[in-house]
Amino acid sequence: MAEKFDAIVVGAGPAGNAAAYTLAKAGLNVLQLERGETPGTKNVQGAILYADALERIIPDFREDAPLERHIIEQRMWVLDDKSFIGSNYRSDEFNSEKPNRYTILRAPFDKWFSSKVKEAGGLVICETTVTELLRDESGKVIGVRTDREGGDIYANVVILADGVNSLLATRAGFHDEIAPKNVALAVKEIHFLPQEVVESRFNVKGDEGVVIEIFGSVTHGMVGTAFLYTNRESITLGIGCMVSDFKKAGIAPYTLLEELKAHPAIAPLIEGGEMKEYAAHLIPEGGYKAIPQMYGDGWMLVGDSAGLVNAAHREGSNLAMTSGRLAAETVIALHNEGMPCTAAHLARYKTAMDESFVMKDLHKYRQLPDTLHNNPQFFSVYPQLLNRAAHTMLTVDGEDKHSKERAIRKSFVQRRSLWGLMGDAFRMWRATR
Amino acid sequence: MIKIEEKLFQNRYKVDEGRPHIQIANPSVCSSTCEVQACTFACPAACYSATETGGVELNTDGCLECGTCRIICSEHHNVDWAYPRGGHGILFKFG
Repeated sequence: MAEKFDAIVVGAGPAGNAAAYTLAKAGLNVLQLERGETPGTKNVQGAILYADALERIIPDFREDAPLERHIIEQRMWVLDDKSFIGSNYRSDEFNSEKPNRYTILRAPFDKWFSSKVKEAGGLVICETTVTELLRDESGKVIGVRTDREGGDIYANVVILADGVNSLLATRAGFHDEIAPKNVALAVKEIHFLPQEVVESRFNVKGDEGVVIEIFGSVTHGMVGTAFLYTNRESITLGIGCMVSDFKKAGIAPYTLLEELKAHPAIAPLIEGGEMKEYAAHLIPEGGYKAIPQMYGDGWMLVGDSAGLVNAAHREGSNLAMTSGRLAAETVIALHNEGMPCTAAHLARYKTAMDESFVMKDLHKYRQLPDTLHNNPQFFSVYPQLLNRAAHTMLTVDGEDKHSKERAIRKSFVQRRSLWGLMGDAFRMWRATR
Repeated sequence: MIKIEEKLFQNRYKVDEGRPHIQIANPSVCSSTCEVQACTFACPAACYSATETGGVELNTDGCLECGTCRIICSEHHNVDWAYPRGGHGILFKFG
């Protein structure tokens, strides 16, 4: 009989590491399998780390986690072809002893998180791809098959933290193949600049950082957004749109990225930088309605594998870590009670998720994906109108302000009609209430 | 025209020589049934290219393992997609 573990965790991203760490720390015999050379080498994210989710797992993570900058300022920009209109929120309160958000680089961060799993007593094996799930005659998952010779390994429960492309879950019939309208494709580059250049360009000092969330003409009317995050001595710049929209628009993702880099609002911020990596990743953005069954006999889905992304707030890794922790806590409780990991018992995981911010937030925005799909004007007409309105008001040319306001109002009504404007406002309210 | 090769050149790969992890299931579907050939423009690594004879050619060497090709081929399900063998494929330095 081959070795049998209390739990096998597939994948060493935030969800997998959170699950494996929590299990190992509780003294369970856990095996974590990662297909990358080291944890993190297959993982891509913007990336922002939300402290709270990690703090609940590793309270003193700030002592040695590889963090880039803590965010003190968030900018929201709506781009037109040549201009942008935007808002900032900057607060010295974010310079507290325990900052709330950080920029990170996923490769070093995941490697660090994984080292904590090992310290806690988990067994982590890299360079190993799980090819299928092993099941008994009743269909219960009892282990995994890997691409190593004699690579069948058994466990009481298998936690799938294998990311957005969860082939294992799809092939096992846990859920359908992800639909193009429920997933965004994002591409990004990292541009290195001297630390002092990053700081002067973004008006920050020390470890302070800035994030810019961007939408508008750069997505060519597709449902999507762009982002710029400051790291210690680099800038992460990316853009993503729904895969179904890419298919319709016939545009290559790297074309969007090149246009974003050339935009007069962005180009000066990355000028002189040295591009050192180009990455692409899918983001499950189907929201609440696209979330599959998250557990069954001997198996659980966590993180991207379960589609846990809050696209409205650009949150994902915190949902991933929280789901990983709650899945692990469920397994620990069953282990301590001497109960088997059957679907009926693992249902506690879903209950815990429903009671957490994860499902509450996703439920709040459950209508948003459909609303955005059906109303492309939010990504095409409005960015233009807003930018033209600002341009009109800020150009001093002898025309009186009252006439300018009338012209702006007219431009809005002409493009969307009065009913259209009211309908859009209502639709947006309903989709986010 | 953007040279995608210049972008991919910055990346680190451990190519599994002679063992492509993605394959076109039935090449004749690309040339005869598929009108859009979305893989040829949506793949962020430009792994897919249209051939002169109307088909689609695949070279997985620069693959970023994002999965777009598999998902965007939603009408024909003509992409046999798997992860590379453990340790192979793209190796992100920063991610």
